[in-house]
Amino acid sequence: MNKIVIENLTLQYTDGTESLRNINLGICEKAITVLFGPAGGGKSSLLRCLNRLNDMADVKFASGRILLDGIDILSPKTDVITLRRKVGMVFARPVVLPFSIRGNLTYGLEVMGEKRRSKLDQAVERSLKQAALWDEVKDRLDDQAIALSGGQQQRLCLARSLALEPEVILLDEPTSGLDPISTAKVEASLQELKKNYTVILVPHSVQQAARTADYAAFFLQGELIEYGQGKTLFTTPQDKRTENYVTGRFG
Amino acid sequence: MKTIFPIHRNLSQQLGFGLLTAMTLATVLPIIAVIAYIIVQGAPAISPEFLTRVPNNGMRNGGIMPAIVGTLYLTFGTAIFSVPLGVAAAIYLSEYAADTWLTRIIRIAIINLAGIPSVVYGLFGLGLFVLFLQFGTSILAASLTLSIMTLPVIISTSEEALRAVPQSFRTVSISLGATRWQTIRRIVLPEALPGIITGVILGLERAAGETAPILFTGAAFFLPRLPGSPFDATMALPYHLFVISTQIPEMPFQIQYGTALVLIAFVLGMNLIATVIRSRARARRQW
Repeated sequence: MNKIVIENLTLQYTDGTESLRNINLGICEKAITVLFGPAGGGKSSLLRCLNRLNDMADVKFASGRILLDGIDILSPKTDVITLRRKVGMVFARPVVLPFSIRGNLTYGLEVMGEKRRSKLDQAVERSLKQAALWDEVKDRLDDQAIALSGGQQQRLCLARSLALEPEVILLDEPTSGLDPISTAKVEASLQELKKNYTVILVPHSVQQAARTADYAAFFLQGELIEYGQGKTLFTTPQDKRTENYVTGRFG
Repeated sequence: MKTIFPIHRNLSQQLGFGLLTAMTLATVLPIIAVIAYIIVQGAPAISPEFLTRVPNNGMRNGGIMPAIVGTLYLTFGTAIFSVPLGVAAAIYLSEYAADTWLTRIIRIAIINLAGIPSVVYGLFGLGLFVLFLQFGTSILAASLTLSIMTLPVIISTSEEALRAVPQSFRTVSISLGATRWQTIRRIVLPEALPGIITGVILGLERAAGETAPILFTGAAFFLPRLPGSPFDATMALPYHLFVISTQIPEMPFQIQYGTALVLIAFVLGMNLIATVIRSRARARRQW
């Protein structure tokens, strides 16, 4: 069952840097889909289309449709605020807001208008547990979030997205700055999360792509080269370019 | 050669450092000298009476209380107009305005406003506020004139403080479903606040020490009572200092320097507050 369907998506920035060319892709719900390929391939751009974060960038030209549960989110009628609550995002570099740990987690709910302490406390505990961070921080929720280690900060960012109870989680190279142990923790959380959420991951290496993918899509210079189940795509790629990249001949 | 060369380099290095140190001292020394001279000359004049009494005997006697209070009024009045306007303009320029020819013109205008001689502001205030809007020579007209003069400082320092807040905070906030305004109110403004306050104080400090803009718009030569409303004229420290230094024969030296000392203490005091706020915020800042 596809959660998201991307139809004929084409995207160009004003400065002409990164663009997407005629992308068609279905993203399966409650599974991990990885978008991988060399830098500049358009993976991040695609990710940022899915929660309309590209609205903040200089997009010269965008056409096509992105259907979330059958509704086109690129339409001008889309309420982007609601969309962004439904489609959460974790960035490459952990960016903790200048608040306490608790403050980071409740921020999204508070701007939504949630004031009830019990609801907020519930969301804090649930999201921290989902991101496998609860045991490490439960006694110091009111400490400044910046005091956490890099790996903890990134899991806090994941928890912060989860606090809003999104349906889709976008992760843009979430472990690129992390040590292997923290990376393993994040990846383990993702395996848990896919039971309830649609996860779309831009991995920071082919190895991570192969480790985590239920489905994988290979991007090269703005084009979707190949899409398939993780197991088959990494073992028996159909396209020569995918094979060359996966086996490390370029990239 | 091997042994001589390092010594040679060492020597020229020390000479260079010595020269730079001397030049730095040369810039600081006059300031210290001026302040020290004013303190030495003016301190004997400072007394409870000097600070709380009105001037008498053609201002050759008594205190300078109306001028102190007048300067407080003018500074406060300037703040009322210039702070909301300046901060709002800075928020617009930093957070909302796209980079178009219009915003570029606004920016150029702001930079140029800061370079206009203060006496020109005085003349402008006389024309617009005193005469055309018929506020008369008053605290209101003087405050508005000082506000226009202060605005460029407040806008540019506030804008700088807002821009210093990392872009990533904004992106994250937006991605969590916050609106632009929620992002500004909950994250950007609080983080930029110490910088904004510093800019505001530096701007007001300049306004408090100015003579020319209030000369035609609100300053009274001699007014042995406190102003009763914003439409009254008022005495003010910088103008009073000008008056007693140039306009009154046989003025006791001490009173002149006492007045200068009070004015300098007022301005440096504001500066000190700004410095404390800035260094405290810097220690607490997380980015």
